[in-house]
Amino acid sequence: MFLIECPYCGEREQSEFKAGGEAHIIRPKQPTELSDDQWAEYLFMRKNIKGMQFERWVHTHGCRKWFNVVRDTSNDIIKAVYKMGEKPPTK
Amino acid sequence: MRNKYSLFSLVKNAFSYHENWEKAWKDPEPKKEYDAIIVGGGGHGLATAYYLAKKHDMKNIAVVEKGWIGGGNTGRNTTIIRSNYLWDASAGLYDHALKIWESLSQELNYNVMFSQRGVMNLAHNLQDVRDLKRRTHANRLNGIDAVYLNTEQVKKFCPIINTSPDIRYPVLGGTLQRRAGTARHDAVAWGYARGADEMGVDIIQNCEVKGIKRNGDSVEGIETTKGFIKAKKIGVVAAGHSSVIANMAGLKLPLESKPLQALVSEPVKPIIDTVVMSNAVHAYVSQSDKGELVIGAGTDDYVSYSQKGSHDIVEGTLNAILELYPIFSRMRMLRQWGGIVDICPDASPIISKTSIKGLYFNCGWGTGGFKATPGSGDLFAHTIANDEPHKLNAAFNLNRFVSGDLVDEHGAAAVAH
Repeated sequence: MFLIECPYCGEREQSEFKAGGEAHIIRPKQPTELSDDQWAEYLFMRKNIKGMQFERWVHTHGCRKWFNVVRDTSNDIIKAVYKMGEKPPTK
Repeated sequence: MRNKYSLFSLVKNAFSYHENWEKAWKDPEPKKEYDAIIVGGGGHGLATAYYLAKKHDMKNIAVVEKGWIGGGNTGRNTTIIRSNYLWDASAGLYDHALKIWESLSQELNYNVMFSQRGVMNLAHNLQDVRDLKRRTHANRLNGIDAVYLNTEQVKKFCPIINTSPDIRYPVLGGTLQRRAGTARHDAVAWGYARGADEMGVDIIQNCEVKGIKRNGDSVEGIETTKGFIKAKKIGVVAAGHSSVIANMAGLKLPLESKPLQALVSEPVKPIIDTVVMSNAVHAYVSQSDKGELVIGAGTDDYVSYSQKGSHDIVEGTLNAILELYPIFSRMRMLRQWGGIVDICPDASPIISKTSIKGLYFNCGWGTGGFKATPGSGDLFAHTIANDEPHKLNAAFNLNRFVSGDLVDEHGAAAVAH
């Protein structure tokens, strides 16, 4: 268990949140024009990184807003939190 | 030829205070080249090497393991073995494994303590009842033993369960697979390691894979902490770290790695002589031969490789355990730990070739891989040796995520993932 700094509510226990998986996977504009391989890539394939992961979380038991987190998945230390629509931190 | 374990060898070694038992496997340095390398020295990897040597006449094989054998999920799971899966493909796969379990100790000359004490799955609401009855019928059509029990029969089979209609999730019934049970997880790894070693397989521990060398569309070998090792065929059985290895070869897999927790209590006298699982409240419990209650919790919902999960997951599981078994209310928990499980979108495994020639993956077992260990090794060995799947693992290919022909065992797998 770890703490997450909700950009709207402040620091809360992780159990108040729900993980939304890898962030910045853009839904294809025209799914009908994709090959099966491309659709599978969008729908199922994941980086599943051991290290810095850009991911989405939602504050289910709080403000219910979605936001992004940069977390080291090898030790669960959170490096950055940023709102939806904001540019991911480069460092 | 290695000495056979027997009553005679036990008595003989007793006279030398058990100080002269020979090593069960060697500790070799890696050779320059192998015909096949298995990445990952857990039960599945060691079983793969064992069956490659035994059934496919490949002798120049290595198993490379970054830590010690059986130190990952093989040594962390709750040792439940069953085959009562809903879909035909899964039933075929898991029952193949269960049939091997039934004679594994004899085959390996190593006591894996396989105990067919039965596994009971509980139903707590009308939908559970319908689902479990459907699964019972599906199992029986596939030749897998399964019976549906009503509440009284559940109580009779496991008297310590609270079957009062007044609890939050009352027990409305359950299924029972009598051939199912448990086994000693460490012994499975050690037994396969000993068997594989005897046939000439090199088991190389403390050897972490750092890279996979490719020559165009085929593999050439692996970079490890003990240097470069050449191989024509590489089988990856790295459980939670499968995606990490896949990334080294430039592949992406449909996996997410998440922490799964388990815990054991202080040892007590025999109190529960079967395995009871419950999907709806997510609690399962059995008792080890040492007397500890072995309790499995759920996965956390975020990706993590940290081998530790959240306390609220354990709390939720123990709440359910206490409601179902009020008799455990004063038990103290001794140990709690986490393992990293690689979960597929359809909660079924991948035993498959890849787009890279000579590179094979056996992964995605998620929360329930231990039960499949012998079958998984057998079928993966077949896939590696023949460069094509056995009919029992044909459905579990990587391409199903492109074709859409998923083996969707979510929820049907008798326990929530």
